[in-house]
Amino acid sequence: MSQFVYLYRGAERGHSPEKMQETMQKWMAWMKQLTEKGHIKDIGQPLEHTGKLVKGKQKTVTDGPFAETKDIVGGYTLIEARDLDQAVELSKGCPIFEVDGAVEVRPVMKMNM
Amino acid sequence: MINPSDHLFRREAGRMVSTLTRIFGVHNLALAEDVVQDAFCRALEVWKFHGVPENPSAWLMATAKNRALDVLRRERTARTFAPELGRLLESEWTVAPVVEELFGANVIKDDQLRMMFSCCNPRLAEEAQVALVLHILCGFSVSEIANAFVSSDAAIEKRISRAKKVLAGSKRLFDVAGADDFAQRLPAVQRALYLLFNEGYHGASPESAVRTELCQEAIRLTALLLEHPLAATPATHGLAALMCLHAARLPARLDASGNLSSLFDQDRSRWDSRLVAEGQRFLDLSATGSELTEYHVEAAIASVHAMAHRTEETDWGKIVSLYNTLMTIRPSPVVALNRAIAIAQHEGPERGLEEISTIANRDRLATYPFYHAALGEFEFRSGRHKIAREHFRQALVLARNSMERRFIEQRIGACQRAAL
Repeated sequence: MSQFVYLYRGAERGHSPEKMQETMQKWMAWMKQLTEKGHIKDIGQPLEHTGKLVKGKQKTVTDGPFAETKDIVGGYTLIEARDLDQAVELSKGCPIFEVDGAVEVRPVMKMNM
Repeated sequence: MINPSDHLFRREAGRMVSTLTRIFGVHNLALAEDVVQDAFCRALEVWKFHGVPENPSAWLMATAKNRALDVLRRERTARTFAPELGRLLESEWTVAPVVEELFGANVIKDDQLRMMFSCCNPRLAEEAQVALVLHILCGFSVSEIANAFVSSDAAIEKRISRAKKVLAGSKRLFDVAGADDFAQRLPAVQRALYLLFNEGYHGASPESAVRTELCQEAIRLTALLLEHPLAATPATHGLAALMCLHAARLPARLDASGNLSSLFDQDRSRWDSRLVAEGQRFLDLSATGSELTEYHVEAAIASVHAMAHRTEETDWGKIVSLYNTLMTIRPSPVVALNRAIAIAQHEGPERGLEEISTIANRDRLATYPFYHAALGEFEFRSGRHKIAREHFRQALVLARNSMERRFIEQRIGACQRAAL
């Protein structure tokens, strides 16, 4: 088994309360399913959409620039899968696609290549 | 996990926006709505990783409270907030304790009432008041309301944004402590809730889930009225009674194969006996004072139906006399039609036809499918099957959804079989 990180990109706004509750329930059902199949190594954390950017030799601290709202990473999950293909396949159940979001699937680099 | 049928987010949206508007002032309604949206986004992000908290309502309210404090601190120099709260929000000294107090459980209940009375502004048409109540207090989106009213998103959007402008321009929220103004505005609020309930009960939306939800929202808001001493009048009790007694029948409105079932054919064992009992209790409580409202009379009619275990046991004489009373309080062609139907049950179909022919403003019923269906039914029972079929065909053209169409098609089928 190899490890992968899912980076969830895209913020969901402007939906009705009912729709948002539905979306949340779909997320929880999807994560539960991955957990039951033993694919979740670490469920991860949600991330605030704001923060600071520390950059360069001068270590300048700014409020950004961050990516556009639709590209901001809103959270991550550490996944275990056979290979990249399976990790991609598993990500397709993520409800983020219903609201035009994206999942970035990145293999974790291994020590023993 | 939240039970999806709980509509937690929708319900909390109304509570949060009412309280936030109380703090920010009614002119900042849009800001309050933004903060509510933020709270839901937060819940969505956090709960999907960490699970639903033990008390999700409290979590959402606390999040809204913290965001409100952020907004107040950040924008207090740029904006003015609720004039009623004066300078309390301006000083760092008082802002936190005041906001804390305004988020107290009892205050939140009053905030919803305040919002309800504010939405029923006499400058708004009744249908705009109902849409506003659904949008702000019940958390329905524009397209959810359009779906329930079988209207276009654009039409509802226009209705709601206009209504919001009137509300936001009203300078301050309705003062629920002023007894005189309160008594004056109360009938409009009752009427809006009555219309909201009717939209669910008789409305054109083909989805029974939508209709049940509208009825439930009307009942929830009426229950809120009943908790306020000035609002818990006999008329409000009458309104609550009529909602309970009608809602009790909802489970039987569709038969086993999903077809619309008329009051006469319903399997009455499927009526919700708990709601019937609740309705009877409210009806008893409504019987004080001297005022007789249409809510009293409509509840009394529903109660006569609820008392009959079988259609044949219905006391039609009593129902006819209640409709006579209703015609003196709030006459309308639809009430007159229902009266004619009761007379037909009591004295035969020919009498029903006679009564229908005397309805004033009968032309206003011309587009109402059940007017033609009633004519068809009486002709059918009088043995004139071909004429009956013509009326049902007319009703079919006017039917508003597939359930109504199926119901009428079955009657046409019965006419054709009988005419053979």
